[in-house]
Amino acid sequence: MALLEVKDLRTSFFTDAGEVKAVNGVSFNLERGKVLGIVGESGSGKSVTAYSIMQILASTGRIVGGSVKLDGQELVGAGERVMKTVRGNKISIIFQDPMTSLNPTYTIGRQLMEAIILHTDRDRRAAYERAVEMLRLVNVNEPEKRMKQYPFEFSGGMRQRVMIAMALACEPDILIADEPTTALDVTIQAQILELMQQLQEELGMAIILITHDLGVVAQLCDEVVVMYAGSICEQGTADEIFYHPCHEYTKGLMRSIPTADTAGTKLRPITGTPIDLLNMPQGCPFAPRCDNAMKICIRTRAERMRINDDHAAACWMNVKAGADSGEIVIEPKQAQAQEGGDEHE
Amino acid sequence: MSMNESAVRPLIEIKDLKEYFNINMGMFRSKPLKAVDGVSFSINKGETLGLVGESGCGKTTVGRTILHLYKPTGGEIWYDGKKIASKEDIRAFRKKATMVFQDPYSSLNPRMTVSDIIGEPLDVHRLCATKQERQERILQLMDYVGLNSEHAARYAHEFSGGQRQRIGIARALAVNPDFIVCDEPVSALDVSIQAQVINMFDELQERLGLTYLFIAHDLLVVRHISDRIAVMYLGRMVELADAAEIYDHPLHPYSKSLLSAVPVPDPKVARANKRIVLTGDIPSPLNAPSGCPFRTRCPYAQERCAEEMPPFDEVAKGHFVACHRVREIN
Repeated sequence: MALLEVKDLRTSFFTDAGEVKAVNGVSFNLERGKVLGIVGESGSGKSVTAYSIMQILASTGRIVGGSVKLDGQELVGAGERVMKTVRGNKISIIFQDPMTSLNPTYTIGRQLMEAIILHTDRDRRAAYERAVEMLRLVNVNEPEKRMKQYPFEFSGGMRQRVMIAMALACEPDILIADEPTTALDVTIQAQILELMQQLQEELGMAIILITHDLGVVAQLCDEVVVMYAGSICEQGTADEIFYHPCHEYTKGLMRSIPTADTAGTKLRPITGTPIDLLNMPQGCPFAPRCDNAMKICIRTRAERMRINDDHAAACWMNVKAGADSGEIVIEPKQAQAQEGGDEHE
Repeated sequence: MSMNESAVRPLIEIKDLKEYFNINMGMFRSKPLKAVDGVSFSINKGETLGLVGESGCGKTTVGRTILHLYKPTGGEIWYDGKKIASKEDIRAFRKKATMVFQDPYSSLNPRMTVSDIIGEPLDVHRLCATKQERQERILQLMDYVGLNSEHAARYAHEFSGGQRQRIGIARALAVNPDFIVCDEPVSALDVSIQAQVINMFDELQERLGLTYLFIAHDLLVVRHISDRIAVMYLGRMVELADAAEIYDHPLHPYSKSLLSAVPVPDPKVARANKRIVLTGDIPSPLNAPSGCPFRTRCPYAQERCAEEMPPFDEVAKGHFVACHRVREIN
């Protein structure tokens, strides 16, 4: 059994302009000790997926369907009492901006100890020791002295280390890192990624890494989920996604990244702009920007198709490519739905 | 570079540029913050010079000081073989040199329509005689950056980040400049949009013969767009060379670690990649280390590095490095 099973998760925000389906049927499994990357552009629903798992959505947002199972325990609809035992203890989260995630009026030590006292039965003395130990673990020099300092006395990289220390203080099974290095400089980013990799190996927790940076994904992740407009368009092992992308959006993303080889040539970007979630088309959400869109793409949304054991994608191009060779198997449930849909025509 | 060496003439020349900000320390004391401390380089006509470095290294200040948005504390700025000295020079220079800003959200006035935003430089420099001419010019500029004419009457908030950046670029092009300082123009954009804007910079350069100073922290983007790359650290230039040269054979220990820290979007390369992870943070420019600014984080630092500032020497043709031990460590 997977540590975390997310199945057909749907989260909507109810705004004055209408219902925004920010997460629209997301399913994935996270195994113990693995690093799962969720990539996508702004507005693709990657952060909302994480916030839905933690159930820390803004007041207009609500999980409207699906299930999130942690170690077999259903979290959707479980209530705030259960979630309080999950957050911090079993799943921790670190946010993008280390500048605003810490309270500027409390010392680092007090904030670290608060988290530890709240989630464990340690007394102040033990919590202090644990906090110092955690700071040492994330390579903060002179932790005893640093405990007495305020966030403004820390640099961006140091603050993110404190956030990681805080998140890991209660030894969670899962660490969700929401763009953990986006606000940091490259050399500091390298330090933090190195630290996360090392801690992951030492403590054996699973990580969900949310990022828009495919470079960071390539470095850290075992598995990758690519999101577009609230849905998963492709998922699989990192090697599969990077070397055999099977969704037109993923292919477009890979082409858009400048590398040493593209110097002096034109990039081949994805045309158009990301879709407005209030006006979702009937077919594939990526079809309006897709160079290879076919009639069926505009009419019917492709369901998740199995490419091989380690790889699935929701793109009709795979059917076109694999139909004759019989390599592509549409998963049974979706295949039936598809047949049902065809009868109408 | 296809052009004959002798035919290539620098459009912009920066000589020993210094920009110090006075920081109030309380009790009527102030201390200079040396944001840029003796930077020299030149950019040839039609060339793109990439300027990279981490936050606080002074790369944005260099761009802004060149355009005299800040008054230079010291040094000289030459444009097209002429030194910019008087107020009139600055005024004339600003018709030839403009800027594209990083944040497409805060750099556009939310109370102005797109045509007002793009038309403002035309009005300021009195470039259009009639309303008709002004309108035509605005539509032409919008066409350059791929905006439709029906966008002209809209406000900036109605556009996505990528389109806003296009508006900002159209505004920069309004005075028909030769030289544009692009200050992190794509770092606020998503990957797919970023590629569109990068291509647009390329196309505009070919079409209008523009010269760019391209400031960014994303080394992959800079490598893609630049002819030459300069690396800055703590207000000083540490390395300058051809883009391919610096990317494949960086000589300064800081450039080496900076390049090795770039996450490569390729799992197999990333796993095999030996990153040079620097310890510690960038020192505050208020308390810059003596001698070489990089010595506190440099794995090769010796006593000498603390005592004297390394000169910015040409170690190979067109390849400048500021490091005492450049020959020993490579």
